[in-house]
Amino acid sequence: MSKYLVNKFLFTIDRDPDLTERYRSDPRGTVTWWEAERASLILNCYDRERSTWLSFTDEEREALARHDYVALFRLGAHNFLTLTLFIALFERDYAEPLGFQREYATRLAGFSLPYPDIST
Amino acid sequence: MATVAAVIATTHHPFYYRASTSAGADRPTFADEWVAKIEAFRQTLTRARPDVLVMVGSDHFHQLWLDNMPQFLVGKAPFYDANFHNEEREFGLPKMLLRGHEDLSGYLLRQGLDAGFDLAFSNELRIDHSITCPIITLRPQADLPIVPVYTNIFAPPLPQPKRFVALGRTIRELVESWPGQERVAIIGTGHLSLELGGPRQFGPHGPDPEFDRKAVEWIASGDLESALAQVSLESLWEPGNATHGFMDFMLMMGVAGENAKADYVDSLDLFHTMEAYFTWYPNGVDSA
Repeated sequence: MSKYLVNKFLFTIDRDPDLTERYRSDPRGTVTWWEAERASLILNCYDRERSTWLSFTDEEREALARHDYVALFRLGAHNFLTLTLFIALFERDYAEPLGFQREYATRLAGFSLPYPDIST
Repeated sequence: MATVAAVIATTHHPFYYRASTSAGADRPTFADEWVAKIEAFRQTLTRARPDVLVMVGSDHFHQLWLDNMPQFLVGKAPFYDANFHNEEREFGLPKMLLRGHEDLSGYLLRQGLDAGFDLAFSNELRIDHSITCPIITLRPQADLPIVPVYTNIFAPPLPQPKRFVALGRTIRELVESWPGQERVAIIGTGHLSLELGGPRQFGPHGPDPEFDRKAVEWIASGDLESALAQVSLESLWEPGNATHGFMDFMLMMGVAGENAKADYVDSLDLFHTMEAYFTWYPNGVDSA
């Protein structure tokens, strides 16, 4: 389980508008590229001082590649990071204000307390 | 010594800026009532004639990240840029630049460390909507120097609620012992019951109106005993998965003091979360 890395993906894709658009249009390709090129960058270090041990589990990689926010919730990705990025990806496709956010809630309706653990 | 001119605790709703500035068909039906409440609330700070604002909030994974996460952090810089790309994108928040008050920041850091809080610090801090929302609502001219104080209500493991209360008490004592002549307002923002990224998000009102009712009563009456008895890191998941932001309200209850009745209390039941506004004048205030 690498919740930290899933969160790092959501965080770094969300903060860069070009990467947000790239992830929207090519989720699987973006996940593959990011895991190979970006996953091991330590955000506050010179880029040659990389981590050497980070990778997604198959389940995490597939959830990200499928834009599957229900699976991300189940896996314990941070709820705020997932919500913020997915609003950026899909809110534009809904005519009603908050239409995407309400569908998101409905799709998570099968979860009850306690929710999956988000601690890292 | 400095004077605590006002203690203010408020929710920080990032949609206020857009709701209050929109017009015509884009203006939500609740905007006029919301603006009226905010303008009345703003008067409670204006009347206090503050010179400096100590601003308590929580970074929402903007600058602070899981590779290096402080629990409590004080900004110490001459300026603070404010608001991030995703806040502009999602909420329409403007980019801002606020002045800092380095002397008071330095005093809170030195004295806070000596009082038993191992505070982190930042000399280059970009602040987010947890602090800019109350600037927009309470001091839209953004003309006063600030001291930002960030808490971790977001990335477990979190400090215990009693630690937030204790930090609030310490901030109050430190501001009162600061050898400046300024009038200091201490302003903090948190949440009542709130769900984000979960099945109870964006409902017709907050996810737990009963928690909200109790919470408003605790804050308005300064009932720290009940709040501390009934709130734990575990229990805060129940009213909604983002309700740990209530601990910033508990910090502000620590600033206001045990059993300190708020001089001003208002709330607004909005879709998705309840807004709540509280002001205390520990040293009185000129009549309106």
